Amino acid sequence: MASREGNESAVAMRAAGAAAGGAAARTPAGGGSKRIEAPIKKTGGGGEEKLHTWPFLVRSEFLMAILVIIVLTVWSLLLNAPLEQPSNPTRTPNPSKAPWYFLGLQEMLVFFDPWYAGVVLPSFIIVGLMLIPYLDINPKGNGYYTFRERMFEILSFFIGFHILWVSFIIIGTFFRGPGWNWFWPGQVWDPHLVEALTNVDLPYMFGFRDYLASAIFGLSLIVGYFVVGYAGLYYWIRSRPSGDPWSAFPGGGPEILKKWGPVRFGITGFLLIAMAGVFIKMALRHALNIKYILVTPWINI
Amino acid sequence: MAKFDWNETKRQITDSQAWQSIFRHGYEDTPRNRILMVSGNVWLHLHPSKVQKHAVRLRFTWCMGGITFLLFLVTVVTGVYLMFYYRPTAEYAYADMKYLEFDMPFGMLMRNMHRWAAHGMVIAVWLHMFRVFMTGSYKPPREFNWVVGVILLVLTLLLSFTGYLLPWDQLSIWAVTVGSNMARATPLLGHGGPFHEVLGVNPVYDARAFIFGGAEIGPHTLLRFYILHCIFFPLIAGIFMAVHFWRIRRDGMSGPL
Repeated sequence: MASREGNESAVAMRAAGAAAGGAAARTPAGGGSKRIEAPIKKTGGGGEEKLHTWPFLVRSEFLMAILVIIVLTVWSLLLNAPLEQPSNPTRTPNPSKAPWYFLGLQEMLVFFDPWYAGVVLPSFIIVGLMLIPYLDINPKGNGYYTFRERMFEILSFFIGFHILWVSFIIIGTFFRGPGWNWFWPGQVWDPHLVEALTNVDLPYMFGFRDYLASAIFGLSLIVGYFVVGYAGLYYWIRSRPSGDPWSAFPGGGPEILKKWGPVRFGITGFLLIAMAGVFIKMALRHALNIKYILVTPWINI
Repeated sequence: MAKFDWNETKRQITDSQAWQSIFRHGYEDTPRNRILMVSGNVWLHLHPSKVQKHAVRLRFTWCMGGITFLLFLVTVVTGVYLMFYYRPTAEYAYADMKYLEFDMPFGMLMRNMHRWAAHGMVIAVWLHMFRVFMTGSYKPPREFNWVVGVILLVLTLLLSFTGYLLPWDQLSIWAVTVGSNMARATPLLGHGGPFHEVLGVNPVYDARAFIFGGAEIGPHTLLRFYILHCIFFPLIAGIFMAVHFWRIRRDGMSGPL
């Protein structure tokens, strides 16, 4: 034991001189230096038993890292990254697909113009994601899994992420062929497939033939849609009884609205109604072959 | 024959001159040492010294944040290897891809690992975000770390997208063309977007030209994407990662109140 202590002080001197990263962790108790006992800030999980990060967390991270590296290596040995013909700007492949993680947006081009599908919608997605913590004032469900106490939030996220984002990526990857036409997996891609262009604008369908009248008609439809959406959201929330999923608000709907405030309500409502608008546009396209709802010389929606 | 005593054998080994000349001193498993292992180690001190019991469970974390970071590190290591053999100019880029695949030792493996890790990272980021949402971990006091996380999500996609162009094959230039054409449709700033005439933008001077470094995809775009991919976005992502991890360490893992 004596020799071990001797070694330790030797290490301490070396560590003090060279400040070697790993060795500093082992500075012995008798080394004279009072080592930091990092203060543990308690911001959650008060009273729950705590484990030492070393070894309990580091151990599982280490094992997981090994597992991931093994899987990735085997995968990379078995499956080669694609490399096609040299680039040729004069030869456009049909279909030209964006990287798979953007295919949800490319799929949106079926229903919207590029400025909306490719610029405005993704901006809404990014800003909307960032705003989630500030819009969601339900204090329940912080740090544990629960569906009962957060139904509304979880369903919104599910619709936005799983249904709109992920399933559209799957559609774009596996179900779209030449001309961005729908092909079932295994079906032969026919580049000469003719799709009848029977889409009409909604104002045209209702008999409007000039731009001004069409624009006024379309704009009032969209404004009306938002008014109805906001009103529906407002009354739906106000009629919520106390209890789940908002057990944190014993006053029920009116208390939720009061604590939420008009700004949060306005932004949340806008994002949800815009998201629902994607579904409505899709339904109108598939059921009635509607091309645009709002038609103006500058923008079409 | 004396009974075999494992502890005695272990003591003999660790007390031997050879062992002590290598390892100098042992590791005593005390609570103090366990904390020092984390707080005194430049890498491990990204963790808090202690974590709540539930936060260690895989069922709670899915380990997706850690896997994202690990895959990022894999792309850094394999990416550096690829950079040794890849020239971001239109004449050589594609030929260098072939050279990497057929002539370089482990070139194909490095390229495969780089690409699959990049794709895996995108998926892992999404799953991480999904998990954080499901546990409500963005709720106070961690709201801003969620915002940082969304920025990191965007950076992950940008890293992946800029890397997509570099093989300089048909797949890459047309995928990037389709993706970047969206910039052409930006209201006001893109020459194909609504109200473009207000600012007088045109194909050689608009939002897409800013991304491409010219009116259409070409050698200038390749160099631009290469620098964004290898230097700019990794640096920015590194800064935001530091903030992201630091805030997790300060606030601790979320848990039931």
